[in-house]
Amino acid sequence: MKPRPARILTYTLLLLGAGLFSLPLVWMVLTALKPADQALSNPPTWVPHRWTTTLDDETVQVGVGELPEAPTDTTPVPVQLVQQWRYPVDGDGVPARLLPSAEAGPGVPVTDEVLVQVSVRRLVNLDASTIDAMPIPERKRQLARGWLMGRDLPVRVVDDANDPPPAGQVTCAFYRTDGTYLLRLPVPEAMLQTVYNTTRDQIAASYSTTETRNAARADLLLVTLPWDEHERVPFEVTATAEVPYGSLTRSVDPRFENFGRSIDEMEMFGTYLFNTLVLCLLTVVGTVVSSALVAYGFSRIDWPGRDKLFGVVLATMMIPFPVLMVPLYALFREMGWVGTLRPLWVPFFFAGAFNVFLLRQFFMTIPRDMTEAARIDGCSELRIFLRIVVPLARPALMVVALFQFMATWNDFLGPIIYLTDQEDFTLALGLLRFQSQQGGTPWHLLMAASTIITLPVIVLFFFTQRSFIEGISMTGSKG
Amino acid sequence: MTRKTRRDTLTALLFISPWLVGLAAFTLYPLAASLYYSFTDFDVLSEPVWIGMGNYADMAGDAVFWKSLYNTLFYAAFAIPLGLVLSFLVAVLLNQTARGRSVFRTLFFLPSIVPLVAVAMIWMYVFNGGFGLLNHALGPVLIAVNAVLGTDLRPPNWMADPYLTKPTLILAGLWQIGGTVVIFLASLQDVPRSLYESAELDGAGPARRLWHITVPLVSPVIYFNLIIGIINALQFFVTPFILMPDGATDRSALMYTVYLYDNAFRYNQMGYASAMAWVMFLLIVVLTWLATKLSRRHIYYAGA
Repeated sequence: MKPRPARILTYTLLLLGAGLFSLPLVWMVLTALKPADQALSNPPTWVPHRWTTTLDDETVQVGVGELPEAPTDTTPVPVQLVQQWRYPVDGDGVPARLLPSAEAGPGVPVTDEVLVQVSVRRLVNLDASTIDAMPIPERKRQLARGWLMGRDLPVRVVDDANDPPPAGQVTCAFYRTDGTYLLRLPVPEAMLQTVYNTTRDQIAASYSTTETRNAARADLLLVTLPWDEHERVPFEVTATAEVPYGSLTRSVDPRFENFGRSIDEMEMFGTYLFNTLVLCLLTVVGTVVSSALVAYGFSRIDWPGRDKLFGVVLATMMIPFPVLMVPLYALFREMGWVGTLRPLWVPFFFAGAFNVFLLRQFFMTIPRDMTEAARIDGCSELRIFLRIVVPLARPALMVVALFQFMATWNDFLGPIIYLTDQEDFTLALGLLRFQSQQGGTPWHLLMAASTIITLPVIVLFFFTQRSFIEGISMTGSKG
Repeated sequence: MTRKTRRDTLTALLFISPWLVGLAAFTLYPLAASLYYSFTDFDVLSEPVWIGMGNYADMAGDAVFWKSLYNTLFYAAFAIPLGLVLSFLVAVLLNQTARGRSVFRTLFFLPSIVPLVAVAMIWMYVFNGGFGLLNHALGPVLIAVNAVLGTDLRPPNWMADPYLTKPTLILAGLWQIGGTVVIFLASLQDVPRSLYESAELDGAGPARRLWHITVPLVSPVIYFNLIIGIINALQFFVTPFILMPDGATDRSALMYTVYLYDNAFRYNQMGYASAMAWVMFLLIVVLTWLATKLSRRHIYYAGA
C-alpha cells in the first residue's frame, strides 16, 4: 500500500483530469436539454430551468434576464412575456398582427376600431370532372390529373390582365408539397376555400397571402404563451412586465422535446440513420469475414514466402489515405459509383491490413495441436477454419467488428467524398448539413443532434468495454 | 517444392485471395495511378495530360501550399509531444490506482469514440468567442489578471484570431488521446513490480523510478505511439475542415490535408492534389525514418 499523501495526490489529479475530459460531453448533453436562450446566456446556464410567475391568476412561463443583486421578495424584477393577438373566426382565434396605426398592448389605450392583418391561404380540391371541363392543353390536363386530384391543395389566386380566366373562374397557381410552383389552372371560383394560417411555416409559404380586416377591439384577445415559444410563434408580441421577486419560481426543466425537434429539423433523419446502419452492417460483415479468412492464410498454414508477404500487409498500413484518394475517386467515378453508397462498403470485403494484423496475432496464440489433430483426420482447411479457429477466435472477431462499426459510424471523409445526394447521406453528413443550413445559431438543437449521433457509440462502448480495451491494448503491445 | 507444400501454398493463396484482390485494386493500382497523376494536369472529367514536374514546380511557388505545410508542421510539433506526455502521465496515474481504475480509464477514453463531426460541433460551441464555455471560464480569470497587472486582456476569439487558431486545434486534438492512454496503460501493466521494489530498496524516489525504470521499459510503446502520432498529425483533417473552413483568418489554420482536399474536390486539380499527396507521403517516410534513427539508441527491447 502506498503512503497516504501520494494516494491523495494521484486521485486528486485523476479527478481533475477526468472532470476536464468529461466536461465537453457533459456540456453537450446539458445544452441539448436547454431552451434556445439558456444555451446562449451569460453567465452560462448549467441546469436547464424555467421561470414561472402568476399573472392574472394564471401561471405563465416567463423569460428572466439578469436578476437584481440581493433581491428581497418585493424587489421588482423585469420579466419577458411572449404574447399573441388572436382574431376570432367562426369562434376560433387565429393569430393576427395589429397594424401600426392601431398599436396596442399592455399600457396602450384601447380604441374600439382596430386594423388587423391575418394570414390566409386558399385551398382547392379538384375532382376529375372539373379537370376535364378546363379549357387547357392536354399536357396540362395529364399533369393536373396525375398530381392535383382529390387533395386539398394550397393555391395562390393570380390576377393576370393579359390572360383573363373565363367568367366565374379564377386563375390559380398550384404548388408542390415543398412549396415550389407547379402550374397554373383556371378554377371555378366556388371551389376556393379559405383557411387561416397558424404556424410560422405556413405564413412564410409562398402561396400564403395576407388580408387586412377591421375589427372591434373588444373581439381581439391577447393570449400569453409560454416563454419557450419565443421566436417560434407567428405574429409574436414580446412584452415586458415587472413582477415582485417573490412571485417568481425557478424549477429544473430539461427540454427533452429538443431531441424530437432536432430530428425534425434535420429533415431526413430517418434516411440518414438507415444509410448509416446499412453501411455499418455491410462493412462489419465484409471486414470480419474477409479479414478472418486472410488472417488464417497468414497464420495457420505454412507456406514459403508467407512472412515476406505479411510484411507487405504491414507496409500498406503506412500509406496515407490522401495518396490513394484521387485515383480511388476517379476509379469509382468511372464505374458510376460516385453518388452511391457502394464505394463506402465494397472495398471492405477485401480485408483491411490492420484487422488482418490483429486477427493474425490472435490466431497465432491458438495451439498447433488443436488444429493438427483435425488435419490428420483429413479435415479441409476451410472446415478447420470454420469449426475450430472461428469459434475460438470469437472475442477477437468481436473486437474487429466493434472497431469497424465505430469507424463506419464515425466516418466523415469517405461520405463527403463519395456522397452527393441528400438521400444517400449518413448521419455525420446530415449533422454537418444541418449545422451549415442553420448558420450555427440554434446551439441547443445542434447539441441535441450531436448527442443523438454520439449516444449509440457510447452505449455500445459501455456494453463491450472489455473487448474494446483489450483490442486497443493489443494494438500497441504487439506493434 | 513437395506436393504438400504446393497444395498448402495453393490453399493459403485462396484464403488470402480477398486481400490480394484488394491490394491490387484498392492499394497498388491507386498508388501507381496517383504517382502518374502527380505528373499530369488532371481534372477527372477529361484525360490526364502529362506535364512532367509541372505540379511539383507549381507547389514550390504556391504560397498557400507552404502556409499549409507550415501550419501542419506547427500543429505536429506541439500536438505530438504534448499528446505523448499527457497520455503517458495519465496512464502512469491510472496505473497507480488500486480502485476506480476502469471508471477513470473510461472517462479519459470516451472522447476518442465520439463521432468527429459531433466533436467539431462541440468545439465550435465551446470555443465560441461570444458565449463559449471557455471564454466564460476565462472572463473572471482575465479580470483578476488585469486588476493585478494593469493590463487590458479580453477573452479572445479563438477561431478567428490568427495567433490562436492553431493552438485551438492543438487543444481540441488533445481531447482525443484516449486510445494512446489505453495503449500506454496496457504496457505499464506489463512492467514487473519486482523492478520497482528493488529500486525502492536502493533508495530511488518516485521520479527516478519513473525515469529510469518505467520510461525505458515502455520505450517501444512510446516509439509506436510517436510513429502513429506523426502519421495522424500530418493527416489531421475533420476538425480543421469543419471548425475552420478555408483555414480561418489569413489561412492561419489551413491544414495540409484540408488544402489537398480542396485542390482535389473543390478546384478539380486532381493532378496537383496527387503531387501534394506524394509530398506528404515522402514527409511521413522521412519523419518516421528520422524518429526511428533518433530513438533507436533509446529503445529498450526486453527480448533483444
